[in-house]
Amino acid sequence: MSRSQLISITVNGEHVSATVPVRKNLVDFLREDVGLTGSHIGCEHGVCGACTLEVNGEMVRGCLMLAVQVDGGTVTTVEGFADSGRSSALRAAFANRNALQCGYCTPGMLASALEYIESGGAADRDAIREHLSGNYCRCTGYQSIVDAVCDVIEEGTGA
Amino acid sequence: MKAPDFEYHRPETLEAALALLASQEASPLAGGQSLMPMMNFRIAAPEVLVDLNAIKDLAGVELSGAWLRIGAMTRYQTLEVSDDIKTHAPLIARALPQIAHPAIRNRGTIGGSCALADPAAEMPALLLALGAEIELQSQGGSRRIAADDFFLGLYETAREDDELVVAIHIPVHADGQSIGFHEITRRHGDYAMAGCAAVASADLAKVRIAFFGISDRALRATAAEAALSAGAGEEAAVTNAIAALGEIDFAGDIHAGAATKQHLAGVALKRAWAEVMA
Repeated sequence: MSRSQLISITVNGEHVSATVPVRKNLVDFLREDVGLTGSHIGCEHGVCGACTLEVNGEMVRGCLMLAVQVDGGTVTTVEGFADSGRSSALRAAFANRNALQCGYCTPGMLASALEYIESGGAADRDAIREHLSGNYCRCTGYQSIVDAVCDVIEEGTGA
Repeated sequence: MKAPDFEYHRPETLEAALALLASQEASPLAGGQSLMPMMNFRIAAPEVLVDLNAIKDLAGVELSGAWLRIGAMTRYQTLEVSDDIKTHAPLIARALPQIAHPAIRNRGTIGGSCALADPAAEMPALLLALGAEIELQSQGGSRRIAADDFFLGLYETAREDDELVVAIHIPVHADGQSIGFHEITRRHGDYAMAGCAAVASADLAKVRIAFFGISDRALRATAAEAALSAGAGEEAAVTNAIAALGEIDFAGDIHAGAATKQHLAGVALKRAWAEVMA
């Protein structure tokens, strides 16, 4: 039987308390216990980027953190970015540019793109590619994703 | 896959962490960007995890005389934006953008990479090239050990089970010193198939060359160092240095055999050395 621990986390602004197995990763906790299925699990070893989300203000791999490690902290998922309007322009740009097809990579891609835009990144295609290099997309070939991020930066109204 | 079960501790002080390590066989958990994947793959299955992330005073960069002291839990992202690193440890600054990806660098720590000693990780080789020292602490006291004596084999270091890596000490970049770095990867941010870090004094009397991704651990190539030092910047010196790589016990992996690794190490050395001489 797994060892468990009681944790309290603020997820997308709401307080969540639960007893979780210590071995459970953050994304499994969000998907299975909190019911937020926006964060995706891909490779489970930090390579594909599908699970990228925000923990205590920083974009991290959700599959490489245990839920218990976030006890007392805050998490924002793709649902939270959308609900607060933080990703509105970016989501519109992704739709306009066809920057997704199957959508599996999109939550992580939005998180990494948000980090780039919010940190004042320039509309420089090489720099955008560099920043998104840890997020794999098997549909788009990345061109349209870089287009979408460039559009948001060039519009200059934020993500 | 998912990590196997373990007992989890998150001490808030260094003393509490050292007490936990002294009383049982436990694995320290730093940034988790290498250990967690290994646990998910079940390559690692620690019985007890001691999470160091709640300990506040293990992070930070501090200039102290001729040395830069970097707290073990300092994250790569912090190093990336540190002016002290840019000025006093330019080799680290040069290599950082090539270490994994932004989301990994937001969590990964210098001490964790050093203590895990993954043979393909950049940091152990950077520390070897820089002549860095590793500060270890246990309940019994602390000691400093040269990077040259620290990396012993595949995920094997001179750290005892009850010790923690608490800081990395790097000699401050000297005037006239030059650095070079090159890694060959299949995709940007991946583990390197071969990589090389180089540091040389202005007169080339002191040359340190370290490789990663080519053997069971990061290692220095002393015969190549001697060839480059003796070559006084001549073109032929690089050829001699590459020939001298035969002293290394190259180890193949699923992507490339030992002969390919040796070839790639030569290419990485040539390019890193070109940066030194530029």
